[in-house]
Amino acid sequence: MELNSIQMNILKEVAALEGIPKGAYNIRSNGELAGRASSANIEITTKTDLPGIDIRIKPNTKNESVHIPVVLSESGLKETVYNDFYVGDNADVVIVAGCGISNCGGKDSEHDGVHRFFLGKNAKIKYVEKHYGEGDGAGKRILNPVTELTLDEGSSAILEMVQIKGVDSTNRKTVATLKKDASLIVRERLMTHGNQSAYSIYDVALDGENSSADVVSRSVARDSSYQKLDLALKGNAPSKGHTECDSIIMDNGKILAVPSLEANDTDAMLVHEAAIGKIAGEQLIKLMTLGLTEKEAEEAIINGFLK
Amino acid sequence: MLSLKNISFDADDEKGKVSIIKNLSLDIEAQKFTVVTGPNGSGKSTLARIIAGIEKPTAGEIKFFGKDITDSSITERANMGISFAFQQPVRFKGISVIDLLRLASKKNLGRGEACDYLSEVGLCARDYVDREVNSSLSGGELKRIEIATVMARSAKLTIFDEPEAGIDLWSFQNLIGIFQNMRKNIKDSAIMIISHQERILEIADEIVVLTAGEIEKKGEGKLILPEILKSQSRANCGRTLNTEAC
Repeated sequence: MELNSIQMNILKEVAALEGIPKGAYNIRSNGELAGRASSANIEITTKTDLPGIDIRIKPNTKNESVHIPVVLSESGLKETVYNDFYVGDNADVVIVAGCGISNCGGKDSEHDGVHRFFLGKNAKIKYVEKHYGEGDGAGKRILNPVTELTLDEGSSAILEMVQIKGVDSTNRKTVATLKKDASLIVRERLMTHGNQSAYSIYDVALDGENSSADVVSRSVARDSSYQKLDLALKGNAPSKGHTECDSIIMDNGKILAVPSLEANDTDAMLVHEAAIGKIAGEQLIKLMTLGLTEKEAEEAIINGFLK
Repeated sequence: MLSLKNISFDADDEKGKVSIIKNLSLDIEAQKFTVVTGPNGSGKSTLARIIAGIEKPTAGEIKFFGKDITDSSITERANMGISFAFQQPVRFKGISVIDLLRLASKKNLGRGEACDYLSEVGLCARDYVDREVNSSLSGGELKRIEIATVMARSAKLTIFDEPEAGIDLWSFQNLIGIFQNMRKNIKDSAIMIISHQERILEIADEIVVLTAGEIEKKGEGKLILPEILKSQSRANCGRTLNTEAC
């Protein structure tokens, strides 16, 4: 399938792709397969029971990447897609997902991606997910991603999840269970504007001895947007957990941060930090003394904060 | 270059209005390194903030190269060539040192150029250029980065508000070197420093002594400094002014 310029632009926004990616990939466009390639170590197949794909990464696969971007440019399209990743023992791969919606029409467009990751022993992944919306139609751009991670002994996952622009409504849910010596690092960046609303819910269970999690969410709520950040961490074994939500609120934005820690083991060390506040006046003044206008100063501060 | 005419600044506190600056007039001249000194609470920092446009004077007029800038914003003054180094540098999450230097210089500075500015303030540039200007940096490191950003602007008038505050002894020796260099390379620009330090006062072409919001005395550095030292010595029962860093 050929991709048009709108679709190519979305691919660039969500997956930094200028063309067909190297290695294994699966491009989904308007509910259909637009291109796929497996590699010697990474096999992508269509699910038979549900819409979506299975990605099987062989044990010991190193320095390979998988791209699975999704593009929606038809107004009114709604889909739920199930993608399962089976990452073999000792594999070390980068997975680039991401979804962009261009909706110039009057109907709502929605993509709900359910991503499940099963990491084998000592497997490592870096998962990069970027969400983006564009188009000035009255139809909403809705993305409701679910990310479920099952981390076997010694495995580790680094998640970079970014949603900066144009998504009207999002309900993000990330659930992880960690076995012995497993580790999870999450860096979430969220910006809402206009009348957008975003829910970001985390539920992380440190089940194995010496498992660790570090979840940091930085967000900016501008205009009349609303955010709810709900970070729950359970320490069920001697483990270390840290969550942090750090938010900038502007205009008439509203943010609700609901941190929760549950320790079920005396050696579970859990820490939560949460801060919500407007941009510090001194920061604006400093940048204005460098010749930036107040508006430019605000943008520079936000761009840095969400970098 | 800069002319302050009959500047007053009142602030509100629980007792009512307090006069911080009282009908002050002062000229800051090109090619000169002017140090403004005086006891705590004498209005030095307020004066610096009024020049940068951060505070608006209650009365008076400010002219920069003959142009009335009393009502000009911080941004406008910055773009006319006024630069201001904060006493307490501001921290930014996510903004790196090179980002800040690029914003300051209004150029897409290469790493080499950014490193040059950092080396000038005694920082091992490669270690710092990508560091975030956040709470991982010490007070002394921040201070030097603050000075580097101000230098990167190459402004006509640069104001430093107590550059020595919060700096350790070792950094202080370097700081003096930085200011001596600035004095040497002043060309057509002007430098105004708020300071209590004898070593900085020694570099001054002009010294202005501020007391309770008024100019107590001003004049050539080499004439005023001995007077200050003498009066300090009396006030401190024979001990001299801080000759070392605070």
